[in-house]
Amino acid sequence: MKPKTGKPQTAEQIDLNRRHAIQSGGLAIAFLWLGGSGIASAAINARKQPGDAAAALADGNPAFAPNAFIRIGIDGTVRLVMPTVEMGQAIYTGSSMLLAEELGVGMDQITVEHSPPSDDLYGMPLLGGQITGGSTSTRGTWQVLREAGAVARTLLVAAAAAQWHVDPSTCTVDRGMVHHTPSGRSVGFGAVASAAGQLPMPDKVQLKDPKDFQLIGKPLRRVDSADKVKGATQFGLDVRVPGMKIAVVKACPTFDGKLASVDDKAARALPGVVDVIRIGDAVAVVGEHFWAAKQGLEALGITWDRGENANLTTQQLRDALAESALNGKSIVAREVGSRPADGKAVESVYQLPMLAHATMEPLNATVFVTSDKCEIWLGTQVPARVLDAAAKITGLSKDKIIVHNQYLGGGFGRRLETDSVEQALALAKQVSYPLKVVWTREEDIRHDRVRPMYHDRISAVLDANGRPAWYGYRTSGGTVLGRWAPMAMGKDGLDSDAVECVVEVPYEIPNLKVEWIRHDMPPGLIVGWWRGVGSTHNLFVVESFMDELAHHAGKDPLEYRRALLQKNPRSLALLNLAAEKIGWGGQPLPARVGRGIALGEPFGSRVCAIVETEVTAQGEIRLRRAVVTLDCGIAVNPSSIEAQIQGGLLFGLSAALYSEITIKDGAIEQGNFNDYRNLRINETPLIEVHRIENNEAPGGLGEVGTAIAAPALANAIFAATGVRLYKLPVDRDLLVQNANALKSVVSATVASQGRDDA
Amino acid sequence: MKRFLIIVAFVLILGSVAYFALNRTDSSDGTAPAIAGAPATADVLARGEYLAKAADCTACHTAPGSGKPFAGGVAFRLPFGTIYSSNITADMQTGIGNWSDSDFVRAVREGVRKDGKRLYPAFPYTSYTQLSRSDVLAIKAYLFSLPKISQPDQPNALGFPFNQRWAMGFWNAAFFKSQRFVADASKSPQWNSGAYLAGALGHCAECHTPRNVGFGLEHGNELAGEVLQGWRAYNITSDTAHGIGAWSDGEIASYLSTGHADGRGSAAGPMGEAVDNSLQYLKPEDTAALVTYLRSVPARGGKDPITIDAKAAPALASSDTAPGGDSADADSAGLKLFESACASCHQWNGQGQETPYASLLGTRGVNDISAANVTQVILHGSRMRLDGHDVFMPAFGRAYSDTEIAALANYVIAHFGNKQGTVTPDTVAQSRKL
Amino acid sequence: MLSLSVNGESHSVDVPADMPLLWVLRDVIGMTGTKFGCGIAQCGACTVHLDGQPVRSCVLPVGSIGSKAITTIEAIGDTPSGQKIQQAWLDVDVVQCGYCQSGQIMSAAALLKRSPNPSDADIDAAMSGNICRCGTYVRIRAAIKQAATGKLEILQTIVTSPEGAAS
Ligand code: FES
Ligand code: FES
Repeated sequence: MKPKTGKPQTAEQIDLNRRHAIQSGGLAIAFLWLGGSGIASAAINARKQPGDAAAALADGNPAFAPNAFIRIGIDGTVRLVMPTVEMGQAIYTGSSMLLAEELGVGMDQITVEHSPPSDDLYGMPLLGGQITGGSTSTRGTWQVLREAGAVARTLLVAAAAAQWHVDPSTCTVDRGMVHHTPSGRSVGFGAVASAAGQLPMPDKVQLKDPKDFQLIGKPLRRVDSADKVKGATQFGLDVRVPGMKIAVVKACPTFDGKLASVDDKAARALPGVVDVIRIGDAVAVVGEHFWAAKQGLEALGITWDRGENANLTTQQLRDALAESALNGKSIVAREVGSRPADGKAVESVYQLPMLAHATMEPLNATVFVTSDKCEIWLGTQVPARVLDAAAKITGLSKDKIIVHNQYLGGGFGRRLETDSVEQALALAKQVSYPLKVVWTREEDIRHDRVRPMYHDRISAVLDANGRPAWYGYRTSGGTVLGRWAPMAMGKDGLDSDAVECVVEVPYEIPNLKVEWIRHDMPPGLIVGWWRGVGSTHNLFVVESFMDELAHHAGKDPLEYRRALLQKNPRSLALLNLAAEKIGWGGQPLPARVGRGIALGEPFGSRVCAIVETEVTAQGEIRLRRAVVTLDCGIAVNPSSIEAQIQGGLLFGLSAALYSEITIKDGAIEQGNFNDYRNLRINETPLIEVHRIENNEAPGGLGEVGTAIAAPALANAIFAATGVRLYKLPVDRDLLVQNANALKSVVSATVASQGRDDA
Repeated sequence: MKRFLIIVAFVLILGSVAYFALNRTDSSDGTAPAIAGAPATADVLARGEYLAKAADCTACHTAPGSGKPFAGGVAFRLPFGTIYSSNITADMQTGIGNWSDSDFVRAVREGVRKDGKRLYPAFPYTSYTQLSRSDVLAIKAYLFSLPKISQPDQPNALGFPFNQRWAMGFWNAAFFKSQRFVADASKSPQWNSGAYLAGALGHCAECHTPRNVGFGLEHGNELAGEVLQGWRAYNITSDTAHGIGAWSDGEIASYLSTGHADGRGSAAGPMGEAVDNSLQYLKPEDTAALVTYLRSVPARGGKDPITIDAKAAPALASSDTAPGGDSADADSAGLKLFESACASCHQWNGQGQETPYASLLGTRGVNDISAANVTQVILHGSRMRLDGHDVFMPAFGRAYSDTEIAALANYVIAHFGNKQGTVTPDTVAQSRKL
Repeated sequence: MLSLSVNGESHSVDVPADMPLLWVLRDVIGMTGTKFGCGIAQCGACTVHLDGQPVRSCVLPVGSIGSKAITTIEAIGDTPSGQKIQQAWLDVDVVQCGYCQSGQIMSAAALLKRSPNPSDADIDAAMSGNICRCGTYVRIRAAIKQAATGKLEILQTIVTSPEGAAS
């Protein structure tokens, strides 16, 4: 995270100058949660480019309500400003529920807005900046948003009580009204909003007892669906600004390569082509529309200086990583006890590939730079970082820069990066019109900041009962944290994310040693966040290995895990529930059908998945069923929890089955969904999600399903075939029953596919 | 023993006589018939450019995407090894900049390099031998007018005995005849133009004529179809069932100039390249001449004849957007793949949605039970740039397994050809290597 | 100048005939509900209807459309099947990021119009060309069934209290 400047930003300054407008305009609550200044920010309706102060005023709103989260107009309208970004995880709905619950309004009475960039106002306590990622949204805002709602409610009640000369404690709140039952009086929030705005902040507020929750815990519909099903939601790619032109860009295919020269004669001659612009490592063709620009791009004669990585291959990267894993210097992340001298030793090496994000909406940014102003429209998980980047590239001070955040067509960690917007800024500052820079899908995949590859050695010593008396884990790979937030690196330079879910395991294992070996990729090959980096990778290794240990001990994988969970009742309950729901140990399964268990405690939640799969004689995988049990503490919205778990699981299964980024001649070989494949609906099994309810603090969700998917699948494949997968994605060649299976004609028909539809 | 030696000596002498007799060079310049796109009156560079296109020099001498026209380096994987095309730009060191006219003419028409070493018949001197000297030199003039590119030739990867270039003399003795084009006075001028375009320039026979065990063209079986680098070059004789005898003139002309004829199919693979690089540039008169000539090719059944079911029942029972009448049930692996990645362009009834190029019904590809071209096109995709726009299909080889591609290919044959395909995962694995 | 009929309105556009309809809709006419996901007919995000048939607008040359009626996500709610599908999508709460959903809904609306009571196989045949990176497939299936039958495909969410957990 970049250091905060501590300087007020655009919206805030306007705010200070026009504080009176707020006071006559209604109530809005300033709320401090990061020790920031607590001053206001502007935000407007999502469809009208949030953060645009002028548009907000035109919209009849104070552009600078002094509250990061809640704004109530004198007409009673309730607007909630979302500290996090919406990329599909339903956080707008969840956050609204938290605010509305305590404020005392119905979900149908509110509108939600994107927040403008401000680390001070909207920074995530868990991440130390205005960042949406790491499955932290609910965990980080759970307390704060409810308090914000409660403060607003307290002030509104106080204002009404003062008006009626009654004791505030005798008033109640319901659906945006304050009631005083003894006297039969009621008043709407709007009518007391201005008065409430004059009151001093209460010292403390009373939060609802969970048993009184009206919204939290109910499976409510999302607040952002209505527009999304009509195609009315504006994503970054949908932004249209007057005078805007569209650029399609191509960067040097190799890592760290440069643009040598461009012959643009043919391109410029094409109708609709406006301009050809260059930066150090890329060239863009500007057109009246995407098509003209794309045709122009194809007509360019480009010569690249392919740089030092011009001959790089995946194999070279793998070999170098394996070498590091063997001989590199390790950092001990955790050590308890020591390796016993006797007992049965088991050791395995697991390898994981680089992965792309392939968000459904390809990367894009619209930028308008003039001599004294810069406006940016895009969907980003890090608005404040975008602001920093823009200041650096344009040389403008931050108060001259406006970032209009948009709905994100998927994030998965890709939009935690600012590379594409930095490129767009560098291009846009060369032209006099607003420029929308669009990456084709091919560009999006070939210039992804990939999930790192890994090489892990895991070992255990089993006691006489086959229980692990010790386990050792040496993981090596690139560090995302080390680049992305170097100051968050731990002692001795440990990347805490790299050892997530292995420094602590749910099982009772008395001794352990966990080490991390940092292995940096060649310059230019930048690794990035993904839908779970450390946990997704480590859970695959650890949970595959637990299955191996069960096998070595001659035990059923369920029984083996149960025995090790006796001191962990929350996880044991999940395991038992999952086993019950899938019918573990019941009817015998057909040949080459197997079930695999995986259990983990990622992102502050606990989760167990059991996947049932068939493996055909030729090694093809057919998913039949999946059961996921989850303990994520207090559930804010069970409906979106279910959706996140199902979606996350499919994301993880898709990656495990098909995904791998490979490099040849220094460039990523994949480019689109034909070669970077995605699971489709006809491969999707029914996924049951069962939740154990309790009142523990909420855990993360967005990445939980993804993290647990691959090991459950790999263990199911082992159960079906006896083949242990030490590498992802699944290598179907290893699963072929016998060579003859590949010699016979593959009929257009297969006997059973086995999808269990509800 | 002595007697044996005498016999050996005798055979050797006889062999040498035959070797030289059969390697005799036709010393005439040759005369080309009228080519509409390269009239004798035209500027030599313009003629050369047109002829180079008609002879499709670029297909073999320009590595795709390299941006280095005619600098060579294209790999040809043949049953006995891999050979690479050479740099034919006028670069002095690495190209043919220091070749004389006669050097060039000899290479093109006799398959002998400037240094006297023999070329492999992957370079179609066996066809180009028919070219007139003036046409060959027009091509040379054109090549020499282009930018010189410095790019050393890549050594071939051939094992013994195939790496012995001199041995090609024996091959030539057996299968090659140095001979200029001779107009057939009994035929129309148009036919003669077509014969020259197809035989000398377009070298159709190199792919479409079956080869014998010695890799020589099977005379008497001309244009009856062959498989090369995994792609099937179809029977283009006038056989009505297995060739193109039932095609209308317009259909043949359309296929040649646009790579597609409605109800007949679309070019892909090497034929797609031929359309892309060469055939689309022919003047309509020249295309018409080719049609006239092809029409006259005697009907032959060829190897593994393909029987087309133009009204395949499952496809006819399907709509644009939904399958019907399949013997395959809905859970068939092939059907599932088709609905995922294929149906949105090809449609269940095989009509082709967004572009006619995606239509499948009635094509030879989907009626070929070996599914050679279906397999290849799934693996490698297809791309032609025609008249400034792209016709393409993505390649699926990287992300889909052999088993999946086999299942999909067999499904396509079953659904659109109403036949049982014969593809196995192993045959797909073989195709991948080609 | 080409004349296109989009959602019942006629639009004159001055664009090359080989330009895909997607970009005409988004960048020329300014209707951005139809999405760009892959550009090669592999993801379905760009699906629109042409005389009621779902087509991938990213590869459909605008010059080949002629007088056929184009319907986009912006107007699919005016058709009975589109209306039912959108409602079911809301009821079942299908969307996540929502970016693929314009295309999903267009494919589903075409399916429902053609087969008012689709089987699982029908759903697969119609919907497998649409990718959702967020993984909303389970709910898409449920929503299509709900739209067809009117029967509530209730959310699956199953709550189990600790007491109810298996031991
Ligand atoms: S954008 Fe058209 S199918 Fe993906
Ligand atoms: S909802 Fe995000 S891609 Fe489908």
